[in-house]
Amino acid sequence: MPESTTPAVEARSVTKRFGPTTALDDAGIVIGEGETHALVGRNGAGKSTLVSILTGLQRPDEGEVLFAGTPAPAIADRDGWRRQVACVYQKSTIIPTLTVAENLFLNRQAAHGPINWRSLRARARDLLDQYGVDVDAGRLAGDLDVEQRQLLEIARALSFGARFIILDEPTARLDGPAIQRLFDRMRALRSQGVTMMFISHHLEEVYEVCQSVTVFRDARHILTSAVGELPHDELVAAMTGEAAAGYQARPRTADAKAKVVLSAEKLSLAGRYQDVDLTVRAGEIVGLAGSGSSGKIGLAETLVGLQAADSGQVTINGDRPRPGDVTSALRAGLGFVPEDRHKEGFIPLLSIAENATLPIAHKLGRLGAVSPALRRARAERMIEDLAIKTTGPSQPVGDLSGGNAQKVVMARALADDPTALVVINPTSGVDVRAKQALLGAVEDAAERGAGAVLVSDELDDLRICDRVVVMFHGRVVKEVPRGWADAELVAVMEGVDAR
Amino acid sequence: MTETTVASPGTPGGSPGSPGKTRSGPPVVRLARFRDLALVPAILVLMVVGALLEPAFLSGDNLTNVLQQQTELSLLVLAEAMILIAGKFDLSLESTVGLAPALGVGLVIPAAANGLGTDWPAALGIPICLLIGVIIGAFNGLLILRFKLSAFIVTLGMLIVLRGLQIGFTGGQNLFALPESFLYLGNARWLGLPASIWICGVAYIAGIITLGYFRHGRSIYAIGGNVDAARAAGVRTDRVVWAVFMIGGLLAALSGLLMTGRLGSVSAAQGDGMIFTVFAAAVIGGVSLDGGKGTLFGALCGVLVLGLINNILTLAGVSAQWIQAIYGGIILIALMLARVTSGKAQD
Repeated sequence: MPESTTPAVEARSVTKRFGPTTALDDAGIVIGEGETHALVGRNGAGKSTLVSILTGLQRPDEGEVLFAGTPAPAIADRDGWRRQVACVYQKSTIIPTLTVAENLFLNRQAAHGPINWRSLRARARDLLDQYGVDVDAGRLAGDLDVEQRQLLEIARALSFGARFIILDEPTARLDGPAIQRLFDRMRALRSQGVTMMFISHHLEEVYEVCQSVTVFRDARHILTSAVGELPHDELVAAMTGEAAAGYQARPRTADAKAKVVLSAEKLSLAGRYQDVDLTVRAGEIVGLAGSGSSGKIGLAETLVGLQAADSGQVTINGDRPRPGDVTSALRAGLGFVPEDRHKEGFIPLLSIAENATLPIAHKLGRLGAVSPALRRARAERMIEDLAIKTTGPSQPVGDLSGGNAQKVVMARALADDPTALVVINPTSGVDVRAKQALLGAVEDAAERGAGAVLVSDELDDLRICDRVVVMFHGRVVKEVPRGWADAELVAVMEGVDAR
Repeated sequence: MTETTVASPGTPGGSPGSPGKTRSGPPVVRLARFRDLALVPAILVLMVVGALLEPAFLSGDNLTNVLQQQTELSLLVLAEAMILIAGKFDLSLESTVGLAPALGVGLVIPAAANGLGTDWPAALGIPICLLIGVIIGAFNGLLILRFKLSAFIVTLGMLIVLRGLQIGFTGGQNLFALPESFLYLGNARWLGLPASIWICGVAYIAGIITLGYFRHGRSIYAIGGNVDAARAAGVRTDRVVWAVFMIGGLLAALSGLLMTGRLGSVSAAQGDGMIFTVFAAAVIGGVSLDGGKGTLFGALCGVLVLGLINNILTLAGVSAQWIQAIYGGIILIALMLARVTSGKAQD
């Protein structure tokens, strides 16, 4: 490390156990003053635990945390911690029912006496201006979009005077341009001397904004290195414990005369997309790309019946399911992975077996009864097929890590051997190996003769597609066959080259 | 397409047509302000309807009457609204309305009037009554916060236990021969208006100011909106919720005290069945059962709407056998209207 001075933040041989599981095992991190330091690792590597220890939300069983060489404040001293470290958590800590201004000054609306709302809004505007956040202080925070809420969290975090912020997967829910704006902001903060710890599953982001990187694996510290001295494949190897290349799409040629299994004709939904035609043939994977406002998610949700289009027709397997009715779409032979697995993907308290067999429960018994033995057998097969890491089919899905929970959602989508498959952002927030299993499952389904639509914010995921349909502001603007270049696709997605 | 909109840094949310979030800034703020006043037109309409039905409706006596009848309910709604805003639940308030004054009275009146025979000094009656309310709230808080039990089930249990306690130690009898101090608040008139209206008004003003302009009051909203975020912001969430439960119990006891004074005795069923109306008034007034949303002013308007409806039904001569069904039906319709007009039902 070039810094000879004391590091801004240091965690020394920290161990933390939760019951029988060891979340951190003699692990540590050293972050130099003013650097942007990446923390990477697969799901369950101990990143979240380290965050809660560095922010004083949890006390380590062993080890210590130092800020600029001095020991961290006592756990009860929340204000002391807040002056040292700010954190933008993965889970939003914005209160949707309160205004922007009040969220910024939560629990410190006034030093003493009654709150002066006018001056509170003025203070909020000053703070927002200071960090260049263009949001009306009087709005309800619940009306903001994800990016604005995140900026709000960053501004609030910094307003306590901390010079060290932790950004826990800030890019997970942002689209391309928003991520770039976040990175610009991070660079600006760095030039002001702010130290940052950045957590992300997207390694290219690590190379883009970070100077150094620490890898955790299985609750242990594996390595710390300058980003420039660590090639991509070595980083992946450190994370997975083996040399693993990026996902290799399988060679496959779609049959141009195969049966059409999923199609959309002149679909329009006000504010989301207009006049979209789409045809997916059996054995084909069609990618849907575009920025967050392109309408690709809305289109995919219409195909599966989560939303109803204003006009136009969806056809699945020759059937015309009732618009906005998921049940009739499933009956027509569709399987899907929704955008937000926590919201629509699984029921956290139910077991893997129940979650994965939900759409086929009627086939696992007679007269509405569900045979536990059949269900268990079916679930065990799914667990094996998708390599779900679990203690067994009866484990509740809520206890699984993100990647494994997503595999359960994928298993549910594939449960009924669908002829049409719609998969929305299957790899968001999952690690490298889970990503491979999930994309592999989509390819398997296509090889079995299903037609698939893959919506993804990640270009690498779209490599498995036979063709990629690019949307911009609600319209299909381009279609590219397999073998496209990143730059070509990005240009169309951002509307730079919309010919 | 000619436009090349790559939103520049520093203009977040500048991307046009971000789906589903096309509402612009300023109008939303203004709407949010008006949401508080949403029931005021309904109240005016009810006044007009009442006046058309029966000229005596608008007389000062009748309106005072309407208000006084609602004071006991409105104190409960004040308590429930705060508890709901904090994201919790309290069904046991209606039993506190009976038990707190029953104990307060029972300990000071002679056994001949169905008292407990302790014959404590009459001056202790009211303090005991209020203290019982606080203790019940504290106990609810203990079960919910320390033992992490569901507020719904805890307070449902308490609802039954407290009612049972009252019936148990009074033998199901009415308590009468109340001390003078007990009767005073329910009957006195201050400056030409019943004392209970003043008490209620002061309680609401204090509540509205605290919840609107003080850090501790605002923390109730924060807790109900997102308890983790509130904790991360340094709010001592358990302590605040506990205090809210105790204040809730205190208000319920006060409500029972007013009712006792007005009726001149404590019946075994005092407060029985009020909780449905309490919830209805709070929800019609815009308080969300999910927590974090609603105002005390809105809740007060909810109480007034229900009170006016009740009064109009009585004045209109709806037969006593049918009044309950009609009243309940109107509450359900009002709830549906409140849901639809809040805009959340659509989409």
